[in-house]
Amino acid sequence: MSTAAHLSAHGSPRPVLELRGVTVRFGSVPALSRVSLALRAGEVVCVLGENGSGKSTLVAVLSGLQQPAEGELLVDGRPERFRSPQRARACGIATVWQDLAIAPLMSVWRNFFLGAEPTRGVWPFRRLDVGRAEEITTRAMARVGVPGLDPGQAASALQAGERQSLAIARALHFGARVLVIDEPTAPMTVAQRALVLQSVVAARDAGLAVLFVTHSPQHAHLVGDRFLLLGGGRVAGDLTREDVDVHDLTRLVAGGDELSRLSDSLRAAEHDR
Amino acid sequence: MPPLHPFSAAPPTSERLPGFGPAAPAAPRSAGRRVLDRLLARPGVGALFGVLVLAVFFGLQAPELISSGGLATVLDIAAPLGIGGVAVALLLVAGQFDLSIGVVAVGSSLVTALLVTQLGLGIWPALLASLLAALLVGAANGLLVVTTGLPSFLVTLATFLVLQGASLAGAAAIAGSSRVTGLANAPGWESALAVFGATAQLGDGRFRISLLWWALATLLTTWLLWRTRFGNAVFASGGASRAAQELGVPVARTTVLLFLGTAAAGWLIGTLALVRLGGVQVDPALGTEIEFIVVAVIGGCLLTGGYGSTVGAALGALLYAVAREGISLADWDPRWFQAFLGLLLLVALLVNGVVRRRLRTVPRS
Repeated sequence: MSTAAHLSAHGSPRPVLELRGVTVRFGSVPALSRVSLALRAGEVVCVLGENGSGKSTLVAVLSGLQQPAEGELLVDGRPERFRSPQRARACGIATVWQDLAIAPLMSVWRNFFLGAEPTRGVWPFRRLDVGRAEEITTRAMARVGVPGLDPGQAASALQAGERQSLAIARALHFGARVLVIDEPTAPMTVAQRALVLQSVVAARDAGLAVLFVTHSPQHAHLVGDRFLLLGGGRVAGDLTREDVDVHDLTRLVAGGDELSRLSDSLRAAEHDR
Repeated sequence: MPPLHPFSAAPPTSERLPGFGPAAPAAPRSAGRRVLDRLLARPGVGALFGVLVLAVFFGLQAPELISSGGLATVLDIAAPLGIGGVAVALLLVAGQFDLSIGVVAVGSSLVTALLVTQLGLGIWPALLASLLAALLVGAANGLLVVTTGLPSFLVTLATFLVLQGASLAGAAAIAGSSRVTGLANAPGWESALAVFGATAQLGDGRFRISLLWWALATLLTTWLLWRTRFGNAVFASGGASRAAQELGVPVARTTVLLFLGTAAAGWLIGTLALVRLGGVQVDPALGTEIEFIVVAVIGGCLLTGGYGSTVGAALGALLYAVAREGISLADWDPRWFQAFLGLLLLVALLVNGVVRRRLRTVPRS
């Protein structure tokens, strides 16, 4: 697929972020095998698959939590190695985690800047620039539609939708060019689900390359430009919006799962022999 | 041609992007509720309240508690406890325990004393060596906790047992008794006395320099906790360690550094006692290490991590000292003190539980 001269909607041919033949093993078990993927600015790629199909591992690779055993990771066409989450962040990759994890007893601004706090002064008197941090937090949250927030309040007071907004505001503020969203597993209302999808679209419109991980083909088809089907850690299908309608996609997701189950049982049979 | 999306937004009408997050809450919370939240969000408020209540209560029973002599005694009791308490408080905020701080205090002063009396080292080289030994223990604790993921309560309990046995047996084997004295003739004693044992007479109270060390430890840790990136990492390590790791906060490094901090605090406590007494007495007891944790919890630290303050822990130490000296001055049986401390701890745990629930209310979806 990396050879296909696919032009995105915004006409930028070169992917911002690309994976080539990435394999991740836990022990001897491959969680991802030879996965290739390209993310382009202003384009939404949806990753679909059942539990255990390698979606979370893919997110971990993209955000620098997991180093691939094989394969290449390219940022702007240059090979790159994400040795740490900081490195991925420095390359402009922001991740909104499945659990929307925040430190509930810390203030909103401390959560916003966690791991990248602004400081002033020189070591050993280097200290947090609290005033600037609060101001930036207020402005960034207003920008994503949560105005009038007290940045000093405990983050536990935020509702699920606002936590998501916090993560996205953070991504936009730190100049992210790639937004990786692992769809929250927490029970959410229909309105909140819509909010997630809306934020995906809004990030795309802001010119970000978006990778949206979901288990729902319906949601994926609402927002996606391209669809990557994962099954058993392999790419079971790589489709564009023109290729499939929502029914095909639903069928394919189920089929991908069947395929992976089949290949698993074949492999098990081979192992037994 | 761009693909059609049902959620494709109209051009933004205002400065902000369309469709991010929910609408603003209709009305802010009431002012009174906000003030209460703010107050409750300050750990240590309860301990301050407790100090005031106890000072008035025991001050009425025994007025000499409020005199400068009584104050000097109270602060003298509180200082070593406070030094350990603030270090343990930082560790509790990061979600970890340290039971070995008391035995590090005794063990490091024993190392200093043995190096001086047996090898004839000067006080300062011996102090440096014992500080390194204490830091080694702290590093071992921290690295064990970080690499194995075992509960730090158990890891440091093991360290406590090892060090306690080793210092008792070591003192008996090398010095012939559990008591090592005779440091006052060693080179460097005068300057060590000035740094760790100086006193100042104010009225009829003798104030010791340990007070300054306590104040210094409290100020330093408070600044670290609230105003540095390290402090933010401490809060995050205890409050949401997974999220912190995902965001690239160095959780493991922070944890090890905090264990080094409690070990250094233990060394300081031991050194202050060593210089004051001119020697060291090794006692088999698991009491002091519990007291540091008690003091930190009374000061508002949650045992689950992510919340607490070092000023609170310092106030907790003060509360402890006021109660202890108050009971003694009011001519009660001093054995009541432990029961009293237990009650204080229970009250602190209950109050902390309420605070936690209030702060942690699960957002309605």
